[in-house]
Amino acid sequence: MRIVACIKQVPETTEVRVDPKTNALIREGVKSVINPFDENAVEAALQLREAHGGEVIAISMGPPQAEEALRHALAMGADQAILLTDPAFRGGDTLATSYTLAAAVRKLGEVDLIVCGKQAIDGDTGQVGPGLAERLGLPQVTFAIGLEISDHRLRARRVLDDFFEIVEVRLPAVVTVVKQINEPRYPSMRNVLKAKRAEVAKWSVAELEADTSQTGFDGSPTTVIKVWPPERRSGGRRLEGPVEEVVDTLAEAIKELNLAAG
Amino acid sequence: MDFTFSQDQQAVLDAVKEFADGELAPKARETDEAGVWPAENVRKLAQLDLMGIPVPEEYGGLGMDFLTWAAVGEELSRACTTTGAVYGAHVLCVYPIMTFGTDDQKTRLLTPLARGEKVGAFGLTEPGAGSDAGAVSTRAERDGDHYLLNGTKIFISNGGEAEVYVIIANLDPSRGARGMTAFIVEKGTPGFTFGKDEKKMAYPSLPNRELIFTDCRVPKENLLGREKGGFLVAMRTLGVGRIGMAIGAVGLARAALEAAVPYAKQREQFGKPISSFEAIQFMLSDMATEIDAARLLTWRAAWLKDQGRPFEKEAAMAKLFAAETAMRVTTKAVQIFGGYGYTKEFPVERYMREAKLFEIVEGTSEIQRLVIANHVLRELGG
Amino acid sequence: MAVRLLVEKCTGCRLCLRACPYNAIEVIEDRARFNDNCTQCGACASSCKFGAILLEVTFTREVDTSQYRGVWVVAEHLHGELRRGTYELLGEGRRLADKRGAELSAVLLGDQIEGLAPRLIAHGADRVYLAQDPVLAHYRTGPYADVLAGMINQHRPEIVLVSATPQGRDLAPRVAARVSAGLTADCTGLDIGEEGLLVQTRPAFGGNLMATIVCRQARPQMATVRPGVMKALAADPARAGEVVSVPVHLDERGVLAKIVEIVQQEGDGQVNLQDAQIIVSGGRGLGKAESFALIRELAQALGGAVGASRAAVDAGWIPAYHQVGQTGRTVQPKLYIACGISGAVQHLAGMGSSDVIIAINKDPSAPIFNIATYGVVGDLFEIVPALTKKLKEML
Repeated sequence: MRIVACIKQVPETTEVRVDPKTNALIREGVKSVINPFDENAVEAALQLREAHGGEVIAISMGPPQAEEALRHALAMGADQAILLTDPAFRGGDTLATSYTLAAAVRKLGEVDLIVCGKQAIDGDTGQVGPGLAERLGLPQVTFAIGLEISDHRLRARRVLDDFFEIVEVRLPAVVTVVKQINEPRYPSMRNVLKAKRAEVAKWSVAELEADTSQTGFDGSPTTVIKVWPPERRSGGRRLEGPVEEVVDTLAEAIKELNLAAG
Repeated sequence: MDFTFSQDQQAVLDAVKEFADGELAPKARETDEAGVWPAENVRKLAQLDLMGIPVPEEYGGLGMDFLTWAAVGEELSRACTTTGAVYGAHVLCVYPIMTFGTDDQKTRLLTPLARGEKVGAFGLTEPGAGSDAGAVSTRAERDGDHYLLNGTKIFISNGGEAEVYVIIANLDPSRGARGMTAFIVEKGTPGFTFGKDEKKMAYPSLPNRELIFTDCRVPKENLLGREKGGFLVAMRTLGVGRIGMAIGAVGLARAALEAAVPYAKQREQFGKPISSFEAIQFMLSDMATEIDAARLLTWRAAWLKDQGRPFEKEAAMAKLFAAETAMRVTTKAVQIFGGYGYTKEFPVERYMREAKLFEIVEGTSEIQRLVIANHVLRELGG
Repeated sequence: MAVRLLVEKCTGCRLCLRACPYNAIEVIEDRARFNDNCTQCGACASSCKFGAILLEVTFTREVDTSQYRGVWVVAEHLHGELRRGTYELLGEGRRLADKRGAELSAVLLGDQIEGLAPRLIAHGADRVYLAQDPVLAHYRTGPYADVLAGMINQHRPEIVLVSATPQGRDLAPRVAARVSAGLTADCTGLDIGEEGLLVQTRPAFGGNLMATIVCRQARPQMATVRPGVMKALAADPARAGEVVSVPVHLDERGVLAKIVEIVQQEGDGQVNLQDAQIIVSGGRGLGKAESFALIRELAQALGGAVGASRAAVDAGWIPAYHQVGQTGRTVQPKLYIACGISGAVQHLAGMGSSDVIIAINKDPSAPIFNIATYGVVGDLFEIVPALTKKLKEML
């Protein structure tokens, strides 16, 4: 089986700070890590490889330092890692990102499964997986909490609002996974050392034969015009005194909300 | 003099730290209080290739040096002392087989030990042979294709759970220590049974068992090294053990310091955090300095060993100093926590109980002082 | 975006004919041909096994934006009922359409759901595009995306809003990629800006950063919208509107995903937690499983759902379905009553955007009091039953 895991390097914490003067994100002192959902994706790919044989190829679109995230995937046990990096890929929204990733997957040739994390913890869109599936003309299975493959068919358990959906598609397909699907493994020392020495291939516009009008900022229909830190919620009234008084106040407050039952 | 680790070493240490902090530390209390063998943790150590760091790759190990093995042990010990103790005791079986074993023994036994498929233990101590290691009285007698072992070992770490044991017996008691002989005895060998597991001041989940040999038939293929060459095996193994104990003590001391500092910063008395009081600052300063000194002593001893240079004195110094440092640091940590430090709610009382072990096991502090004195008297003039 | 037929590769196998929802393909003399019904929806492209149909997804800045008019809301239904988010989107969509001087249309896909159309009109829609087919009975990405993409290409709405439910977040990016539209995820604020553009506001970095986004050249401007934030209009049964039936014909054989089974999550099924307007939650302070009875009674008196903190779920007092928080679900009720919950960051991540929060906890330093609208330091075992009793008298 040839499985591609799409990963992204993100800041370690979502506790971000914005420089009040420039309105830009303050990145100093913030470590970069592999997107946690993508770690689950790599783990899912590795488990499928263990069950069915084959190889796991980790790919990522990002700046040169995103190589670290790919090395983490290698240390977990991925067989190959490819970094899609080029100034022309910068500033891309999810449409441009899915274009670039799709070009890379096509270049890899025959692939049985593409696994992505549900969403990146910085962008929080969850749009790249389905966009990638659309561009490759493949079925998509989102919010997967369980995966099984037999006979070139994928059976997945999806977690939706208050029910699970068991769905089946023929491979190849694109899957996005939720955190509860597995516990990503800690890298073994052998793989850590192997990952250190491994070549991470770097593909640019040339290798992908990409149309730069579709990549990066140029290929993005959406534009961010402003970022700002949200207003923090603060505490309101403290109610004190005998139980009956407190309860009366609460009941009044609830009545005023004028909520229809159910 | 470059005190930094190589890139490979650092990569390994970073990965181990993540594992130790993420997986071992959060359940360290549970692991300790459960009172049972930490099977899950040991399994994870094996999965992460941590059970055979210094073993050559051809025998399933990583082929790295003892300094790396020690630095890894420090992180494991810091996160979970029980797991660190299992890791340390395991190498006392790995090392002698690696060093004195035949090719056959290495293939048969070293490889599964290095892969963590089997756990190892080292049996030297007897009821009558503690500091007086030469007084080993477990008897070995040649009997055709076998050796017959009779006797008991006590306080053996990993005892009962380990599948492979390096046992020091005596083939010729008339020659005292010169009759000592090393054997590899596998669990399940007829005549090899387990006695009681000691209830100790600390480490309830670390087995320290009695090993009982009753006409135990050990095949001649399991003689480790030469007949009557066991003293050397024991001494060399204890040398490694000293480094292991030292670094375990350093890890424990670090855990205590890392608990004490945040506590001191948030605990307020007299309107201020206690970390602003000089008395506390001086304590923390001494703790940090001694830990660093103990660590560097241990690294130096491991480095010497890796260079193939004599390291007996340096290992003894490291073990002596690290053990006593751990005792001082953990005691101070309890003191900093005050009343709360005496309760089971915080881990420092456990650290203090655990620290005492290091002053006794693998050669008491008194023995270490004798070893060091011997060297000093020899080396310095007059 | 274009669908191109490479006639030389076509073998006349008719798979594309089956896949086409709009009866736009004929096979004449063993070759496929597209007729005027074609909406460029792209359904045929993935069905062809011979590479004879190409779907080109190309983003271009040359779109004539003046050709696009109207605000669309993609309706979502579950168990035969419209979901709360749909009503909210109609309320917001109405406001945006009025500001833009345009019409508001709802898009309703399904099977035998025409009965829901009047409700969409009553809640603000001028028009309902109704596409029905047995294949659309249960949501699957393929058929829904094919039909919606075709309708977008045919009718050219300027704005398309989708509720950011799992279904919406599965469908919208697929369709957006299909029609090369700009899509913004999980919006918490929408407006029409100076240039007549849809101004989209949304949280990033787990809510620690807000971003404002526009889509200048691509059309339609698409957005998924966080449920529980926008305001629905009160139903006005007298509102006039038209229902437009969109004829679609789908073939189950062309659908790539088969739903094998639906498994309800174990939980107090009385009120759907995700869409609930009122949630009463219990945490570690309850002490034992049986104490959840107090929570259930209060929830029942209010007609709300039962939630729980991770501590309560981990302790086995209540099924995981009820867990609210970072590793559980994120809820947006109008009223959230937290009983015996300390308010760890992970729990707050799941309920912090509730309109009104009432916290009852005996620990005055519990972090939840930092965000509670009304904070009660007291014994929940006294207060909760007393509140339940009082509410039953009042309501």
